[in-house]
Amino acid sequence: MPYAMCFLLFMIGLYCAVVKKNMVKIVIGLAVMEYAVNLFLIMLGFRVNGAAPIVDKTCYDPATGRVTAGFLNAAVDPLPQALVLTSIVIGLGTLALLISICIRTYEKYGTFDITQIRKLKG
Amino acid sequence: MVIFYVLLVFMLIAAIIAVETDDLLSSVICVGAVGVGGSIMFLFLRAPDIAITQIVVEVLGLIILIRATIARDLTFISGDREFFGLVVSIVIMLVIFLAGVRVLGNLPPFGTPVFSQVPDAASRTYIAEGLQKTGAANIVAAIILDYRGYDTLGEATVLFTSIIGATVMLRSKCRKSLEDRNG
Amino acid sequence: MKGMTIIVKTISSWVKLLIFLFGIYIVLFGHLTPGGGFAGGVIIASSYVLLMLAFGREFVEKNLSLTASSRLDCVGALMFVAIALVGMFYGAASFFWNFIHQQYLADRATEFKLVSAGIIPLCNIAIGLKVGASLFLVIFALSVFCNDFRCKGSARELM
Repeated sequence: MPYAMCFLLFMIGLYCAVVKKNMVKIVIGLAVMEYAVNLFLIMLGFRVNGAAPIVDKTCYDPATGRVTAGFLNAAVDPLPQALVLTSIVIGLGTLALLISICIRTYEKYGTFDITQIRKLKG
Repeated sequence: MVIFYVLLVFMLIAAIIAVETDDLLSSVICVGAVGVGGSIMFLFLRAPDIAITQIVVEVLGLIILIRATIARDLTFISGDREFFGLVVSIVIMLVIFLAGVRVLGNLPPFGTPVFSQVPDAASRTYIAEGLQKTGAANIVAAIILDYRGYDTLGEATVLFTSIIGATVMLRSKCRKSLEDRNG
Repeated sequence: MKGMTIIVKTISSWVKLLIFLFGIYIVLFGHLTPGGGFAGGVIIASSYVLLMLAFGREFVEKNLSLTASSRLDCVGALMFVAIALVGMFYGAASFFWNFIHQQYLADRATEFKLVSAGIIPLCNIAIGLKVGASLFLVIFALSVFCNDFRCKGSARELM
């Protein structure tokens, strides 16, 4: 059920990105879609009553140099977290790129409306 | 488990307001609400690294978006696209919706990750041997900088390229203003 | 453009150092506690953005100019690639080989200490430098552009 709500969030972002006419609204839709996808990937690795994937001294055995079996069976999946961590920062970079394209377009055409921009072509 | 539903409903309401309101400034602020809800959700999903990064990135992204929308003579653009574009958009959304519904039926139940059922999954190896092989107590840091260093290198390249793209897009104006100010 | 009111200026002059130190802490302890280069870099950038919003653009430009921040960006990226390349010429020839940990630290029980994990703290510093400098750079560029733009048209004055 949380997966379905996350998918609904994605659909709201998609609706905003494909239907709206305002360029800033399209950027906002892309941002909402990005949040939904990140959230979905993290949710896939969640374990009920799990532990964060950070080893501390209570779940580490210094004699053998290995983590305990309890930690191994309680930790959530660290791999999606590592991938999403890079994806969030990339999202900020692409957001800046999109906004600079929007500002440039506004300076040239004087509007954020994409249908007007298409009519002014040529 | 209840906290997840509460946060998800909050995010959904904020997203709907962000999409449907006509004022761009309030729309941007509602996107910030979606991001903050996501950050708290990451905290409860046992991902503290992501929560820290998300909340700070959210603040900076909000500053960037407000920069774009404030001090324009905010033209309230309402209404949808013309008929043909609208039909194509609805069809695209319908296709993605049907594909998503089909995928949702095949997912494992919430709270039981796939790697816990597979005996030799990669994540299991990372958790079991990460501290011993790399010496980093934070398994996520061990993955992004040691096991999957190429991924981080590619991320650095993408970030570099997008920042250069944004700077080039704004450059002529910047240079002109700097020259005006200097001499 | 001359900054905000005296209250904001006073508070942000107290808080800026704390935010900067917190960013450095997050970067340096990224291999032991939650955080790391990405989060720490963004926090460092946000401390400069706070200064820019509170004191105006010229104040920040005196401290960290546009060319200096783009150079820091390049230094971070090159440092990351250089650390990865050293592993190629040092013992087992492979890209991103954790040479410090494997050669010097593996048999010394350095877990949960600050000096551990080989190249991971060094990579965290490089990534933090790169992310912080580049995000500061893009917000600075947007600020320069928006202010010029506002001079022409109608102004709803923010700063």
